Amino acid sequence: MRSTDIQELADREYKYGFVTDIEADTVPPGLNEDTIRLISEKKNEPEFMLEWRLKAFRHWQTMVEPKWANVHYPPINYQGIRYYSAPKMKSKPKSLDEIDPELLATYEKLGIPLRERELLAGVAVDAVFDSISVATTFKEKLAELGIIFCSFSDAVQNHPDLVRRYLGDVVPYTDNFFAALNSAVFSDGSFCYIPKGVRCPMELSTYFRINAASTGQFERTLIIAEEGSYVSYLEGCTAPMRDENQLHAAIVELIAHDDATIKYSTVQNWYPGNKEGKGGIYNFVTKRGKCKGVNSKISWTQVETGSAITWKYPSCLLMGDNSVGEFYSVALTNNYQQADTGTKMIHIGKNTRSTIVSKGISAGHGQNTYRGMVKIMKNAERARNYSRCDSLLIGSQCGAHTFPYIEVKNSTAQMEHEASTSKIGEDQLFYCQQRGIPAEAAVSMIVNGFCKEVFRELPMEFAVEAQKLLGVSLEGSVG
Amino acid sequence: MLEIRDLHASVDGNEILHGIDLSVRRGEVHAIMGPNGSGKSTLAKVLAGREGYVVTRGEVLYEGADLLSMLPEDRAGRGIFLGFQYPVEIPGVSNMYFLKTALNSIRKLNGLEDLDAMDFLTIAKEKMRLVEMDESLMNRAVNEGFSGGEKKRNEVFQMAVLEPRLAILDETDSGLDIDALRIVANGVNALRREDRALILVTHYQRLLNYIVPDRVHVLLDGRIVKSGGKELALELEEKGYAWVEEEIAGKAH
Repeated sequence: MRSTDIQELADREYKYGFVTDIEADTVPPGLNEDTIRLISEKKNEPEFMLEWRLKAFRHWQTMVEPKWANVHYPPINYQGIRYYSAPKMKSKPKSLDEIDPELLATYEKLGIPLRERELLAGVAVDAVFDSISVATTFKEKLAELGIIFCSFSDAVQNHPDLVRRYLGDVVPYTDNFFAALNSAVFSDGSFCYIPKGVRCPMELSTYFRINAASTGQFERTLIIAEEGSYVSYLEGCTAPMRDENQLHAAIVELIAHDDATIKYSTVQNWYPGNKEGKGGIYNFVTKRGKCKGVNSKISWTQVETGSAITWKYPSCLLMGDNSVGEFYSVALTNNYQQADTGTKMIHIGKNTRSTIVSKGISAGHGQNTYRGMVKIMKNAERARNYSRCDSLLIGSQCGAHTFPYIEVKNSTAQMEHEASTSKIGEDQLFYCQQRGIPAEAAVSMIVNGFCKEVFRELPMEFAVEAQKLLGVSLEGSVG
Repeated sequence: MLEIRDLHASVDGNEILHGIDLSVRRGEVHAIMGPNGSGKSTLAKVLAGREGYVVTRGEVLYEGADLLSMLPEDRAGRGIFLGFQYPVEIPGVSNMYFLKTALNSIRKLNGLEDLDAMDFLTIAKEKMRLVEMDESLMNRAVNEGFSGGEKKRNEVFQMAVLEPRLAILDETDSGLDIDALRIVANGVNALRREDRALILVTHYQRLLNYIVPDRVHVLLDGRIVKSGGKELALELEEKGYAWVEEEIAGKAH
């Protein structure tokens, strides 16, 4: 590739980096018990929520930020962050017509139309803007089947028993530093409940957007799939381009009862920072699913292309006999992005199976780490795991690292682990170009080929999006 | 159609080609022979536009245009094909998809519409027969897990589909057993046409038993030191490259 092309490509900017000019209801920066009371009060929460938040906060104060991940960043000033920001609305909008047109326009611009008639058939969306959920579509249609799909705040108001029963069931607030912080200050997120025997007829999706400056985003997602039910869920995320780093510390909890299946897909495209590594989102996320019932299944698929730093290990607790856990991941780091991501598969029940397929792509000065744990507990008779971790390097300044941990306490376990590291060579590129395929299209083709096993796990429309996103994220990486 | 004049080229600052002159006309088959390290593959790569191969002097005209200023993909678009000595593997990208993308990229450069999957398949199947290629290879990833012979056959198959006007085959015979050599050579011969020129880069004469060249050039230390008809290849086979070297040394005195 000629240097002029590279320059041209590198100059293309992050497409979602605009800021919406909207009046916001915010709290001053800083974190103490008063902040938490204020958030809880703004959300008109029942007493048990405030109590839970305060317990989490007190626990968080006893904890230290984890330093074991292979990522490097200056200390985060937790007192400098604003823990709540919501677009100002007179009252809770009853329909989309009451939502600020600026907000609707923002989502239009992001390609997420909130008006149901304009939506792709088969996808219901919950949109979270800074700290709160602004709209949830197709609510009524889903309610006919007994499916609850709403913002977390709504769930706290309308389904407190469910929230009380399951909140922190999979990720207790004591779990880790960022989980404790989230539990103390989380402001909204999505809630989803699929009743017994119901197969959710459409993809459910949450779209997260950080807009306000100096604001952290702390959302929670809780999905409960009752016996014999099925749901496929997708989340997407973007943020404006800012020179400062912004913190995003989310929690996702999934619970699958007997014979239930939850498929959770993520396309993460937070602002990654600029070419020199300035700005970008710090993405510290705890995602975990509990395969509680027999024959239950939880499948994580993630395409991680954004964020300055990604720290994320979507995991499965395989408790029910014959339960299945899957993790399919594509993580891309370009410029100065750093990712430390992977999964934990904890086999507890008999005949539990897990599959891990991780594809790490590093370009520019990007550093990409796969960190995974497969643990076979004493009673997990005949557990099986298959792991495959592949790394692809583009250029000579980037790095790929793999840390697989395996712990087996039952001798009937079957474990398979494969790993590879390869480099997009000038040879591959030249081969494609010599056949008439321009360099940019060639890189995209090679990378997509590399990620094929993961992309085919994504819902159709999102697989196409993911491929495009990967192409955009790699622009300027060949030289 | 191809005029190479006083071509000097370097890799990593070392000059490999020290002034090549070569003229190839439509319909001709030229063989470029020479020992290892003589610059044969360098010449092939310079013509195809491989990055890192720096032309320091001279010019190359292709169909009257300045070849050296074109991007590799544009050269391909204008009908130049390089059959690789070591075809690369591209995991996860099917052979079929790769070749369809290549063909449509070239068509696009020539202002033609994309071929749809059905039309492409018809062409591909016809050309597969030419190199006796198993259809199952089409759905596998590009060159992944292919044997040496399958890779070379795949190169000739791609050439058949892309229908270049100038094909440069770099050591297409290396690593082939006698049956595979025959199949590959038959494929190449079937593609010989009045409007298509062929440059065969080879170390050994045996390929030329199957593909009979119009001209044979001997490349030694970055220069074409001897040119002749097809009988030159036989003479080389018999006497070895040392013979040419001595002859040149003799002339110098």
